[in-house]
Amino acid sequence: MEGLCGGIGARVEAELQVEPGRSLKGAQKMLPVWGLKISSGGPAYSTYHAFISTSSAYIRAAENCRDVGESAAFQQSTLMYCVSTLYVFISFNSIILLFLYFIGTLAGVIDLAADWMTDLKEGICLNGFWYSREQCCWLSDETTFDDRDKCPQWQKWSELMIEKSEGASAYVLNYFLYTMWALTFSFLAVSLVRVFAPYACGSGIPETVQEENRAQRWRTDSVRIKSMDSMIKTILSGFIIRGYLGKWTLLIKTVTLVLVVSSGLSLGKEGPSVHVACCCGNLFSSLLSKYSKNEGKRREVSTVSSSGSVGVSVAFGAPIGGVLFSLEEVSYYFPLKTLWRSFFAALVAAFTLRSINPFGNSRLVLFYVEYHTPWYMAELFPFILLGVFGGLWGTLFIRCNIAWCRRRKTTSLGKYPVLEVIVVTAITAIIAYPNPYTRRSTSELISELFNDCGALESSQLCDYINDINMTRPVDDIPDRPAGPGVYTAMWQLALALVFKIIITIFTFGMKIPSGLFIPSIAVGAIAGRIVGVGVEQLAYHHHDWIIFRNWCRPGADCVTPGLYAMVGSCSLPRNQYSIVMLFLISGGVTRMTVSLVVIMFELTGGLEYIVPLMAAAVTSKWVADAFGKEGIYDAHIHLNGYPFLDVKDEFTHRTLATDVMRPRRGEPPLSVLTQDNMTVEDVETLIKDTDYNGFPVVVSRDSERLIGFAQRRELIIAIRTQAHIPQLNV
Amino acid sequence: MMAAIPAYTAVVILLLAAVHGSEEKNSEDVRCKCICPPYKDKPGNIYNRNVTQKDCDCLHVVSPMPVPGADVEAYCLRCECKYEERSSVTIKVTIIIYLSILGLLLLYMVYLTLVEPMLKRRLFGHSQLIQNDEDVGDHQPFANAHDVLARSRSRANVLNKVEYAQQRWKLQVQEQRKSVFDRHVVLS
Repeated sequence: MEGLCGGIGARVEAELQVEPGRSLKGAQKMLPVWGLKISSGGPAYSTYHAFISTSSAYIRAAENCRDVGESAAFQQSTLMYCVSTLYVFISFNSIILLFLYFIGTLAGVIDLAADWMTDLKEGICLNGFWYSREQCCWLSDETTFDDRDKCPQWQKWSELMIEKSEGASAYVLNYFLYTMWALTFSFLAVSLVRVFAPYACGSGIPETVQEENRAQRWRTDSVRIKSMDSMIKTILSGFIIRGYLGKWTLLIKTVTLVLVVSSGLSLGKEGPSVHVACCCGNLFSSLLSKYSKNEGKRREVSTVSSSGSVGVSVAFGAPIGGVLFSLEEVSYYFPLKTLWRSFFAALVAAFTLRSINPFGNSRLVLFYVEYHTPWYMAELFPFILLGVFGGLWGTLFIRCNIAWCRRRKTTSLGKYPVLEVIVVTAITAIIAYPNPYTRRSTSELISELFNDCGALESSQLCDYINDINMTRPVDDIPDRPAGPGVYTAMWQLALALVFKIIITIFTFGMKIPSGLFIPSIAVGAIAGRIVGVGVEQLAYHHHDWIIFRNWCRPGADCVTPGLYAMVGSCSLPRNQYSIVMLFLISGGVTRMTVSLVVIMFELTGGLEYIVPLMAAAVTSKWVADAFGKEGIYDAHIHLNGYPFLDVKDEFTHRTLATDVMRPRRGEPPLSVLTQDNMTVEDVETLIKDTDYNGFPVVVSRDSERLIGFAQRRELIIAIRTQAHIPQLNV
Repeated sequence: MMAAIPAYTAVVILLLAAVHGSEEKNSEDVRCKCICPPYKDKPGNIYNRNVTQKDCDCLHVVSPMPVPGADVEAYCLRCECKYEERSSVTIKVTIIIYLSILGLLLLYMVYLTLVEPMLKRRLFGHSQLIQNDEDVGDHQPFANAHDVLARSRSRANVLNKVEYAQQRWKLQVQEQRKSVFDRHVVLS
């Protein structure tokens, strides 16, 4: 039996020795865990048909096998060994580099293509169809101060078709084509997902969290496997969704991500980007022989280096946040090693993204705030108010979204995924087009909301009544009364807020790639901007009130509405997004804040506003916690019933392992392989007679001392490959 | 697995080279953009000029100067000039690559869902059809993957190996589709 090296010759005695505290009875009962028939063992396992599990014992076995192979190679020829080691080393490093470069490029491609396709809904560039509106007018000298988006090279569909840019017919035509393009994009996306890679749908974060949890658990358990319940944990957390990180998932998710983002649906690309990065990591680690056969190591590489730092780095444009995030996430065991690895990973990925320069402004991020006006203590009150709003909205969103998803899962609604996407897209496009703030892409909207109204701005939001004899320099403009444009913008924003809140509930969870981050930021930013303008006008008109007296003299610039938008947006996402981080980082609130706050600063560049941001974040978290501890991804994990082991929960039920394990008393004995005296025929009979996924290897029937575990697959393969060799020596 | 490395690497390098390789600066890839806010009775304006980074200021870019000589300094103080670069070739190549990948995928999708079932029907004739209808109730794409898999296993040559791999992939996707769309076990 020893000769069949495929997990059979595993030596795991060291880990499996019984702890001194445990009774011997428990130790004997411990073995049957391995005989668990995972596919239909009990109600808890019955649903996972598409999944397999991996365990640390199995991973150890695979690793041992590799070592045996390597030492054999060493004996053969020292020179060959050196050459092969060198080859592995070089290929390893170049592949890692290539992989990081690849992810950065992918992120750039997604950004550029989504930008272009979003604008395709409204018109086309005559200079070259591949330019988006901004790029089309990039060199044009004919853009005006008031209408910056327009230039003769960029033609709206109505101008191109009926040669009119104004009027009812042009509006209707544009409206119609906008909706049609949106429908086309989303239809293509959902059918691609359906035909090629169903696992590409959704945000991917709950599942990626699942995988992360698995990788982390595995590390934990390789140390702690001595204890009884952690063995069950290992099996459970060795849960792999097969094909979830595959090549087709990667391709389809990337392609459809662009389609859905540009279809104007209320979703973002950040969550799926993390999944895409994970797929890349998996793909590239499968190229390395060191990692290709070892599921656990592979996960480690793909999760640590890709999802941890690279995903965050390219998705949010926050390389340092990515590094910190990765450090916090895996700091259980190898912080230093991992710190370097992820530092390097984030660096290369960010560098690549920067070299593609997707936003055309030589920055990694889209939302960059440039104001540095101070804030005042009295402003903390509205900031906290925004935090409360954030918490309430977060709770509402989670409750409604989960209720809707449950309905989709259980009722006949779930039978029409394509139709559902089409209907939601149609509703979104039809409602969004009339309102200028929902018509444009969400990220454009956010960056406009973050903007401070300087003299250089000409948007409707900045339509303040200017003092004629104002002679101040550009940067320091005092508070001004709002003009009609601002009031129009306010009610349009209010409508946009309501619309976004409602539509996001129905959008998240459809069978297309969808992220939650951008819509959450948008809702927060809209609410923040409205509050900000309100406070500004209040301060302008009532500057003799007690709270404003010391703070806001007439003619001073004291309230920055853009800052409110930023605070609002930071209070909101953190509510869900903090939960994500909480999961990934698995470190509790205090540690979470560090990388989260860094990511937020990197995203916005506003280093002065630590206190407002944190105040809003903490308030929103408290409020949300008051209504329920469950975050959105948490809730989705529960909804799908993944065997997720939350680090925050400790096991309160002290169920003994003997109570759940099989075989119980009165059932036939456990099917095992014995170490020495089994023939191939015995093994074949065993495989034929039972349908277990694997068999424990014990010393003999008398002393059931566990020495390893052989998977059914491995046995079958081993027997099949050896069958043609006559002098098989088993 | 080692043998697959060169193939993958080649593909990836080609892709990266296509996106990054052609980064030589076009003359239309740099600009200096000045935004000048309204000043006295003059409306605000935007100026775009193709100048070097060192010349990127209001005096070089704004021409003709809308205000008389005495006001030039005051006017220029308010303007904000930014030097920006882009790579139009990268944009072009990226969009074209994206569109061609999308096009290929769509063609393949149409082939798999519409053309292939039709061909199969014509090839295997009527008797096969009845058999198929019994065990394959649904009309999902790839519904006959099981059959082909069983058939191709019996014959063995290089062409069939490719077909076998394709059918295996189809089976996997079918399984995924079942668990996502029908049973709602994952990702719902």
